[in-house]
Amino acid sequence: MALLKSSKILTSVGAQAPVLAVLQLRASSWWTEVQMGPPDPILGVTEAFKRDTNPKKMNLGVGAYRDDQGKPFVLNCVRKAEAQIAAKKLDKEYLPIVGLADFSKACAQLALGPDNEVLKSGRSITVQTISGTGSLRVGANFVARFHNASRDVYLPKPSWGNHTPIFRDAGMQLKAYAYYDPKTIGFDLKGALDDISKIPEKSVIVLHACAHNPTGVDPRPEQWKEMAALIKKRNLLVFFDMAYQGFASGDIDRDAWAVRYFIEQGHNILLSQSFAKNMGMYGERVGGFTVVCKDAEEAKRVESQLKILIRPIYSNPPMNGARIASTILNTPELYKEWLEEVKGMASRIIRMREMLVSNLKKEGSTHNWQHVTDQIGMFCFTGLKPEQVERLINEFSIYMTKDGRISVAGVTSGNVGYLAHAIHTVTK
Amino acid sequence: MSIFGEVPLAAPVAVFKLSADFREDQCPSKVNLGVGAYRTDECQPWVLPVVRKVEKMIADDHSLNHEYLPILGLPEFRSSASKIALGEDSPAIKDNRVGAVQCLGGTGALKIGAEFLRRWYNGTDNTKTPIYVSAPTWENHNAVFSNAGFEDIRPYKYWDAGKRGLDLTGFLGDLENAPDHSIIVLHACAHNPTGTDPTQDQWKQIADVMKQKNLFAFFDSAYQGFASGNLDKDAWSIRYFVSQGFELFCAQSFSKNFGLYNERVGNLTVVAKDQDNLNRVLSQMEKIVRITWSNPPSQGARLVAITLNTPELFAEWKDNVKTMADRVLLMRAQLKEKLKALGTPGTWEHITEQIGMFSFTGLNPKQVEFMIKEKHIYLMASGRINMCGLTSKNIDYVAESIHEAVTTVQ
Repeated sequence: MALLKSSKILTSVGAQAPVLAVLQLRASSWWTEVQMGPPDPILGVTEAFKRDTNPKKMNLGVGAYRDDQGKPFVLNCVRKAEAQIAAKKLDKEYLPIVGLADFSKACAQLALGPDNEVLKSGRSITVQTISGTGSLRVGANFVARFHNASRDVYLPKPSWGNHTPIFRDAGMQLKAYAYYDPKTIGFDLKGALDDISKIPEKSVIVLHACAHNPTGVDPRPEQWKEMAALIKKRNLLVFFDMAYQGFASGDIDRDAWAVRYFIEQGHNILLSQSFAKNMGMYGERVGGFTVVCKDAEEAKRVESQLKILIRPIYSNPPMNGARIASTILNTPELYKEWLEEVKGMASRIIRMREMLVSNLKKEGSTHNWQHVTDQIGMFCFTGLKPEQVERLINEFSIYMTKDGRISVAGVTSGNVGYLAHAIHTVTK
Repeated sequence: MSIFGEVPLAAPVAVFKLSADFREDQCPSKVNLGVGAYRTDECQPWVLPVVRKVEKMIADDHSLNHEYLPILGLPEFRSSASKIALGEDSPAIKDNRVGAVQCLGGTGALKIGAEFLRRWYNGTDNTKTPIYVSAPTWENHNAVFSNAGFEDIRPYKYWDAGKRGLDLTGFLGDLENAPDHSIIVLHACAHNPTGTDPTQDQWKQIADVMKQKNLFAFFDSAYQGFASGNLDKDAWSIRYFVSQGFELFCAQSFSKNFGLYNERVGNLTVVAKDQDNLNRVLSQMEKIVRITWSNPPSQGARLVAITLNTPELFAEWKDNVKTMADRVLLMRAQLKEKLKALGTPGTWEHITEQIGMFSFTGLNPKQVEFMIKEKHIYLMASGRINMCGLTSKNIDYVAESIHEAVTTVQ
């Protein structure tokens, strides 16, 4: 313990200089044993990028959408919703613990489809959360507290870096199932099914609903069907993470297909949703957590427990972002405009993928870069090795995570050539 | 068979249930003296004029976007918020040994502080360190610390029901008997729920014992400005402890003094021995934030930062805070006068001696039930009332009802 250590030092110093010993006692801190925490592997990339003075620098780290000028993009429908809200001069009273009701309802409808039997029967509960992270955290805490049948959470290999510490801190044990095949740079269906067939019953299995992070590799519908059947057979608790609805294909229904299919097949799922990317509401922290229950009565019990869980973390969620999202989702013209803008963002990303591949070919690269256009969503698993990533960072000021993941959203028609050149240089 | 078949229905959180019951009550003379939110004399929520002004500034500034804030929050918010607590000329700030984490309201600040302490204070992952909270205290304190993993949460004597004031002897006694390195949760001012604060002299005695016993000071500051109407006066206790060399945490809320309840604006101020210790502490808090909410919401923090960092707006804000504090003081004075005029048995000096939004009336549970059921006046079972729920229009009704409760219900 800190105090014990410092007193040992004092014994020797004190013999020579009593005054110094007293000063050292006063200077000792509660925090002497606190280690310096390592920078976050993902958000830390942006911090390093910010410090770099190279004018050609590129931030391909965190998944935040950029327009073709490399600038953050505030959606038009968001600006309009903000203006509408400002005009109403609403008060700032506390939201309920579970958040803004109009938002939660619309959030669930967006994921499940407005005509979903689950919503009609009232057998689900959706609570507003602090974006996707907050949703996963509430979900992890809920599972840890109430899912006594298992302590195991199975993540796809690889998964978003923050999944592991979130579930671990909630008290769960992390395990993995095969997902990504580095040889094909694609989905390893056989590996996944093999692993899943061995997962003990009632374990929790995390699935990325669409636009898998970090690989951008999604199962095709018929592959999802096989997964769903096997997961049903194994009696696993499904936890979907949907952070990119709309961003994968540009179509929100298509991107939610897996979630809806699983529910149809009788899985009572847990679902985390984020509006950080698809509404560009990153810093406003807008998200939802949904539990699909057996019936409405169970949903009420679950809701009551979610309140007990949330209250000692942050009491109730922030209004601003939820109000904006709710306005967009619940106002037909804004909703329509939003769908178009999401499609626009997804299309630009698809174009950048195509341009990157054609530029690599122009550079003379002989590698197969098909995965760049096969993959879907904001991220591309380039296949680059850590040493190559190091070189991209150090020699070209191109920042990405060590696993070779790039955020295609950070690519523009202005810098795609530079990027292709750099990648070719380190891979030739 | 559902996996959630065994999930029991949890009891509702009391203070929110009270508000829910109030909302459903059809009686036209109903009064809500429950949850701690400011109300005008028309019994309406009040969005501070300076807040509306700054909101518009933000909305009109199209150079602003909705990008992620850093994990620890908006830098200009964190530093200006810490300055509010510690003072513009704080020697600790000048020594570069003060840092902060922007959090989701005061609750969020307590949460991050608690999670950090459980991991890194008094050894590593020491869940057995005793946490002392005042008897009584804000009802969520217990849950914040127990959910962070602490196993031993104890009361320290605080409220003397007999004399309706601070039980200093009991308080100091409990501190003397506390195991070394215990964590003590202190209300910086306007104690919730009693409204009873130690005097400066009493704070000095508390600090003395805490220093001797190596106890950790975790301040909860949710009402700075609201207690006396003066920001510096309300922060005296925190600044005194800093001047005495304590390393401490201060969980700040801007829900009440900025009226930004639903934007969740809070700040965990950290005072360490030196910059090196501070940096390591903040780096570990970053890791905790990342697995809780990743990064905090930007709207409220922007608003507060602009206000605190712009002299005219800062002056306007202080004025708005004084408006709220003054109305509360007026209601206190009037309630006491009316009870005295009615000849209500008992002494009612505590109504004006107590400070901040709340008053511990001294009504017992049966009398509280009478107030709610017969009079449609909603207050907490502890007898706590929110002075902000009183208005010139309902104060007579409330005074008469209290009189009836005290004289007819034992």
